[in-house]
Amino acid sequence: MGRLIRFIFFGVIARFIALIVLGLNVRHRERLPKAGPCIVVANHNSHLDTITLMTLLPLRLLAQVHPVAAADYFLRNRLLAWFALKVIGIVPINRERTRPDEDLLAPVRASLARGDILIFFPEGSRGEPEKLTDFKSGVARLAAEFPGVAVVPIFMHGLGKALPKGEAILVPFFIDVFVGEPILDITEREAFMNTLRARMDGLAAEGHFPAWQ
Amino acid sequence: MIHFDASAPVLWVFGGLLLLLAVASAITLLLRRSRPTQDYSELTQRVNSWWIMIGIFAFALVTSVNVAIGFFAFLSFLALKEYLSLIPTRRADRRVLFWCYLAIPLQFWWVHERWYHMFIVWVPVWMFLATSVRMVMIGETKDFLRAVGTLQWGMLTMVFSVSHLAYLLVLPESKGSFGAGPGLVLYVVMLTQLNDVAQYVWGKTFGKHKVVPLVSPKKTVEGLIGGILTTAALAVFAAPWLTPLTRVDAFAVGLIIGLGGFLGDITISAVKRDLGVKDTGALIPGHGGILDRIDSLTFTAPLFFHFMKYFYY
Repeated sequence: MGRLIRFIFFGVIARFIALIVLGLNVRHRERLPKAGPCIVVANHNSHLDTITLMTLLPLRLLAQVHPVAAADYFLRNRLLAWFALKVIGIVPINRERTRPDEDLLAPVRASLARGDILIFFPEGSRGEPEKLTDFKSGVARLAAEFPGVAVVPIFMHGLGKALPKGEAILVPFFIDVFVGEPILDITEREAFMNTLRARMDGLAAEGHFPAWQ
Repeated sequence: MIHFDASAPVLWVFGGLLLLLAVASAITLLLRRSRPTQDYSELTQRVNSWWIMIGIFAFALVTSVNVAIGFFAFLSFLALKEYLSLIPTRRADRRVLFWCYLAIPLQFWWVHERWYHMFIVWVPVWMFLATSVRMVMIGETKDFLRAVGTLQWGMLTMVFSVSHLAYLLVLPESKGSFGAGPGLVLYVVMLTQLNDVAQYVWGKTFGKHKVVPLVSPKKTVEGLIGGILTTAALAVFAAPWLTPLTRVDAFAVGLIIGLGGFLGDITISAVKRDLGVKDTGALIPGHGGILDRIDSLTFTAPLFFHFMKYFYY
C-alpha cells in the first residue's frame, strides 16, 4: 500500500508539480546517476527541492531513491512521520547527538550498503531562499568510507522563489537544474569539501539568475 | 468529437503545412547525408520541434473549441511563467505574482462564455487596478514603479494579447455567414510564423541596410520589406479558404501581420537585450523559449483580431 501511494505520488503528483506547474530546465542531464549506490548533493531552498530532484530520476529507480532528512523535523508528529517515511521515503537522521557515542550517520551507511541513491542537502536546512550557506561535512565522511560511490552535485535555482520557507502559496517559476560532474575517490575531508564547494560554485555560475530581493 | 464545420479547409491547410515540414525534414536529412562533417544538429532540432508544435496546435484546433481555448490558456500560462522567471522580481511581491497567474483562468473563462465585455476589460482595467492596489497594500515602495510596470506589461503581453487568439474562435457568424473559429486562428498564426521565416530568408539573401541596429542588428530593411510583401501575398492567397476577407482587405491584413510580427519580434528582442539573455528559455529545442516562438504573435494576434472585429464581426 505504502509503495503504491509512493509510486502514484512521484509518478503523477510530483511530476505534475515539477513539470507542468513549475517546469524544469535541466542542464547536463547525462550526468545523473543511472544506478545506485550514489550520493546526490544539492543546495536546499524549499520543500520542493526533494520532489524536484526525485522526478529527475526514472521511476524504475524510485524504490532505491531516498532523501536524507532531519528526524526531529519530519518525525515530529505521526501523520507527518507517515508521509515522510512511507511516501517521500526519507532516511531519518538526528541532527544532534542524544548520546555522546551515537553514530548519527549509521542509518545512512546501512542505506548506501544496500545500494541506494541518497539525496543530501549539506546546508542542513532550507535557510534564506536562494542563498547558499556553508556545507556540513557529513557527506565528506561518507565519501571517505565509500570511496567507490560517486557524489553528484546538483545546483538548483528558482524553487526558493516558488515556495520559500514559511510560505504556503506556490508561485510558479521555471526552475534551473544544473547537474555537475560526479566526485569520486576523494577521501580527505578538506579536499572533498573544497571540491564540492568549487563544483557547486561552478554550476551556479553557469546560470543567469534575475535579481530577487 | 472532431469539429468539422468550417474546418475542412483548416484540415487541408494543416495538410499543406505538414507537407512543407516533410520537405524541410527531407532537406535536413539530405544535408546531413551529403555533408557529414557539418553540424546540422540545431537545424534538425528546429525542424523536429516544428513537427511537435504543429502537431499539438493542430490537435487543439480541430478537436473542439473548448480544447482550443484551454490550449491557449496553457500557452498564456507558459509565456507568463517564462516572463516572470526572466525578469527581476521583488520577494515582497510573491502574492501579486500569484494574482497575475489567476488572471489567466478568468480571462479564458470570459472567452469560453463569449462575454466580450469582460474579455476586453478584465486585464487592462480590473487586473491593472487590482495588482496596483495589492502591491500598495504590501507596502514595499522601493522599486515600486519598476515592479508594477514590469508585471503589468507582462500581463498585457502574455495574457491579454495571447487571449485574442482564443476569442477569434468564438466570434459570432460574420456577414455572409462565414463561421469564425479555427480558420481565423490558423490564418493569423500561420501567416505570423511564415512571416518570421520570410523576413529571415529575405534578410539572409538580400539584407544590407540595418533597420534597428541597436535592438536587433541582424534585421534589415530588405528582409523586412521582402517579408511583409511575401506575407501579404500569402494572406491574399489563403484568405478565401480560412476567412471572409476580400482580396483588398486580405492584402491589408498581410501588411499588418508582416509589420506587426516584425514589431513584436524586436520588442521581445529589446526585453532580452535589457535582461542580458540570448533566449527567453529552453523549453523548445532549437528555438529557445516559448516567448522566442510567440514574440511576433503577441502583436499580430490583437492587431488581426481588432481588424476582423471592426470590419467583419
